[in-house]
Amino acid sequence: MSDTILETSGLTKEFRGFVAVNGVDLRVETGTIHALIGPNGAGKTTCFNLLTKFLPPTRGTIRFKGRDITGMRPAEVARLGLVRSFQISAVFAHLTALQNVRVALQRGRGGSFDFWRAESVLDRYNARARELLDQVGLGEFATVPAGQLAYGRKRALEIATTLALEPEMLLLDEPTAGMTHADVDRIVALIRRVRQGRTILMVEHNLSVVEGLCDRITVLTRGRILAEGDYATVSRNEEVIAAYLGSEAGSVAHV
Amino acid sequence: MSLGFSRAQATAMVVMVAFIIVGPAVLYPVFLMKVLCLALFACAFNLLPGYVGLLSFGHAAYFGMGSYIAAWTAKYWGLDAEAAIILGGLCGGALGLVFGWLAIRRQGIYFAMITLALAEMVYFFCLEAPFTGGEDGIQQVPRSPLFGIISTQQDMSLYWIIAAIFLGGFLLIHRIIHSPFGQVLQAIRENEPRAISLGYRVDDYKLLAFVLSAALAGVAGAAKSQVFGIATLTDVHSQMSGEVVLMTLIGGIGTVFGPVVGALLFGSLETYLAPFGDWVTVTQGAIFVACVLAFRRGLIGEIGARLKLGL
Repeated sequence: MSDTILETSGLTKEFRGFVAVNGVDLRVETGTIHALIGPNGAGKTTCFNLLTKFLPPTRGTIRFKGRDITGMRPAEVARLGLVRSFQISAVFAHLTALQNVRVALQRGRGGSFDFWRAESVLDRYNARARELLDQVGLGEFATVPAGQLAYGRKRALEIATTLALEPEMLLLDEPTAGMTHADVDRIVALIRRVRQGRTILMVEHNLSVVEGLCDRITVLTRGRILAEGDYATVSRNEEVIAAYLGSEAGSVAHV
Repeated sequence: MSLGFSRAQATAMVVMVAFIIVGPAVLYPVFLMKVLCLALFACAFNLLPGYVGLLSFGHAAYFGMGSYIAAWTAKYWGLDAEAAIILGGLCGGALGLVFGWLAIRRQGIYFAMITLALAEMVYFFCLEAPFTGGEDGIQQVPRSPLFGIISTQQDMSLYWIIAAIFLGGFLLIHRIIHSPFGQVLQAIRENEPRAISLGYRVDDYKLLAFVLSAALAGVAGAAKSQVFGIATLTDVHSQMSGEVVLMTLIGGIGTVFGPVVGALLFGSLETYLAPFGDWVTVTQGAIFVACVLAFRRGLIGEIGARLKLGL
């Protein structure tokens, strides 16, 4: 069972005289959790922005479920079932947690242009929205404005909102960044729970999270793929160690 | 209330309706009709900066074109009042569709500049085009009967019609804000990239909001031309675009009742300070500066914030 769900070939993004992503050939297999790691400035987030069409690539192609999505707009990509999260938590701050999830449900189920109808027609999505909130452990916070939730809970809300679209593939940009240990454990457990029937590509800095969670890892440095494989393979790769620890630290490790 | 008003808003609504009913017993009805037209214009305008986060500097184009079209069709085609006003609204909306389509591709100051530039083009069109009567405008527009039977010759009979148009427009705007569509607008305003990542084609939503705002501005302009029996360059001039920004700002951007209060204040200044000539503009300028410096949320916005109420 090694179907490719997402594939890039020669993906390149140049900003004036600076190549952020350079000829990346990435293959993500259906049903796996795939990590994209690398030091700061390696081009991970740029890669994400290219995949979700928030940035147009300079060269290269992107195929999702066998379909060329290189020229599509970001909203269209989301509609195909490739939905992303953001590095900085992306919630609608003045809407309640329940309304946040409802905004996503509403998109999938139509009626979003109905300006002549009362807001109360959205109540029919409440049951499903509560289910999703319960799933991420936010059941009791349904009526709290999202902006007032603690950081870890905002990230959980973001995942609930994303799941409301029932996407085939999730792109998570540093889901555990800036979290306490307890929160990290909760998010990891959550990702394990929601992976059923989905493919996940995530950027992650926390290597212990990657070790426990991800099936396959791609290491980026300076916009290029440095290594690829499971955690055991990648973590023994000399080049990866050097890139992560720097050449000096690398030599210290040999002493 | 079934209309989706909070208790505070329902109270404010009762006060406003009471004022509209009692008003003509105390004040000159034509003055009140002018205020109602301006208030509808300001409420329509407020939809964009208040609920979508777009600041249009060219709303006089839709107001003025609505006014011209209604005046012209009432005078030369002999259309009934309601038909002329609906046509004015459609014209504002159609213009909004084209201009909005061009402008929403840009954000912030660039959006404002594009709307301003397009509105200036409309102004020059109205100055030169033969049907508008140039500097003279369209004068002596007859007050045509409503549905061909209800006479609008008397100020008081026209007053109730204008009041009904204002209230209808006001309630529609309130409904738009509190609709499934309004919910998406709020999501877009709070976090546009996130809304896109959920699959929303945000430009389509912005455009619909723009068209609705322009159409209601057109209705307001059309109603005004019925009240005064004229349509002139004043209604389409950039000064009018500035004034509607001012009214909304003084009352409170993003509040439901703010633009109404702003229009009342603004209309009063213009009418009752008229004998002092240029002092009108000076006073308006002073109020604007005071508003921006001292209470940026506007009158209603400040009151709402003090009382912790959403008005």
